Amino acid sequence: MSTKINVAPHAALSLLKRDLSLSLTRGGGPLLAVGFYLTLMAMIPLSLGSDSTTLSRVAPGLTWLSLALASLLSLERLFERDYEDGLFDILRLGPLPMEVIALLKCLAQWLGTGLMLAVLTPFVMIILGAPVDAAFISLIGAILGSLSFAIIGGIGASLSLGTRKGGVLIALLVLPFYVPPVIFGAGLMQAYLTGAPITQALSLLCAYALFALALGPIAMGAALKSALS
Amino acid sequence: MITWLANPERFTRVFAPIRPYIGGLAAVLFAWGLYLCFASPEDYQQGDTVRIMYLHVPAAWMAMMVYLIMGIASFFGLIFRHALADAAAKAAAPIGAVFTALALITGSLWGKPMWGTWWEWDGRMTSVLVLFLFYIGYIALHASIDDEVRAAKSTAILALVGLVNLPVIKFSVDWWNTLHQGASVVRMDGPTIAPEMLWPLLVMTAAFHALFVWLWLVRIDAEIITRRYRTLRARLSFQ
Repeated sequence: MSTKINVAPHAALSLLKRDLSLSLTRGGGPLLAVGFYLTLMAMIPLSLGSDSTTLSRVAPGLTWLSLALASLLSLERLFERDYEDGLFDILRLGPLPMEVIALLKCLAQWLGTGLMLAVLTPFVMIILGAPVDAAFISLIGAILGSLSFAIIGGIGASLSLGTRKGGVLIALLVLPFYVPPVIFGAGLMQAYLTGAPITQALSLLCAYALFALALGPIAMGAALKSALS
Repeated sequence: MITWLANPERFTRVFAPIRPYIGGLAAVLFAWGLYLCFASPEDYQQGDTVRIMYLHVPAAWMAMMVYLIMGIASFFGLIFRHALADAAAKAAAPIGAVFTALALITGSLWGKPMWGTWWEWDGRMTSVLVLFLFYIGYIALHASIDDEVRAAKSTAILALVGLVNLPVIKFSVDWWNTLHQGASVVRMDGPTIAPEMLWPLLVMTAAFHALFVWLWLVRIDAEIITRRYRTLRARLSFQ
């Protein structure tokens, strides 16, 4: 008699590992998003002028905007390949519910690219003229923000599975939902730089990330099931 | 009631005879409302431009209400699999988008003489703009999925996610607004509205509702007919 073991945690862990290694290695890994992020950063002074007082005033906001846009890039491939080669049909037979599968895939994607972008954020902000002591708080903000972006983005990616307009459609669906984290994130930086208390912005940013974590998997699970049926 | 009406044929049978009357009601209400708009006195501060309000405010109300209706219809379509609820949600979206665009355009036209600017990044205007983007996203998603059943399901999920998120976005935009500009006074809730201005507003609101219901019913019916046509064509091509 075999003892009954709960296989779900093992399955979850191996799926996370697989997806993480894929997101780190496949197609240049996070290089694409990072390159895009840095290119956007370079375009900002080119379009606004190199005047340092102007730049330092808009640096936090534009960095958040660039982070949001760079987070969009990898969404198209988030579920697409596994959907096309039939992996989802196999995963469906496994012990994990679709909601958890979707969440794990988003988390792997976030660990692979989103976190990388978040680590870059303080540097981008400083190069654009923000003070160096804002680095830590901008890193915290960017970690929370990129997590929200990854999960909300996953909803858009799962909804547009199997459509022909993939990328642009995802951007259109997802960007309105990026409004709150962009506002709270840029607000956090602004509060920090003006010396106002940061707890409100920070807790709202946390709240949105948790909200996305709670709501996102349900929506993604439903969308994936509908795409697979 | 909703289950009973979920049968497309029954729906057509019940509403097709009523529909012209609703259209007529909308026309009468619009005639009456527009007459009241021009008969109502000028505002002591805003002058003639106050009449834009009678179009602007009902349009903005409808923009939100239609989204709510879409959300409710999507809920029924998703949970109870009522095909008609899917059609109802799909049919409401472009109407809602037009009401939202109307609210934005009339607001902009009103803003120029009143605030001296076509656009102000005020919390309320920004939220309505985001609402408009939602409508566009919803319509684009529906258009890009060929399979009708899947399209209905995906858009229903999007509508529900949007419905949950809209208050959050509204809140965040209001929060942002207080962060950025506390001083400028871009609020229209000045003195309580006078009865001679309330009446045209109420009649116009009723007119907008009647117009929406009429357009909605026409579009749902068109959707039912399109589906029937598609099924028939598919059946013929198999023979």
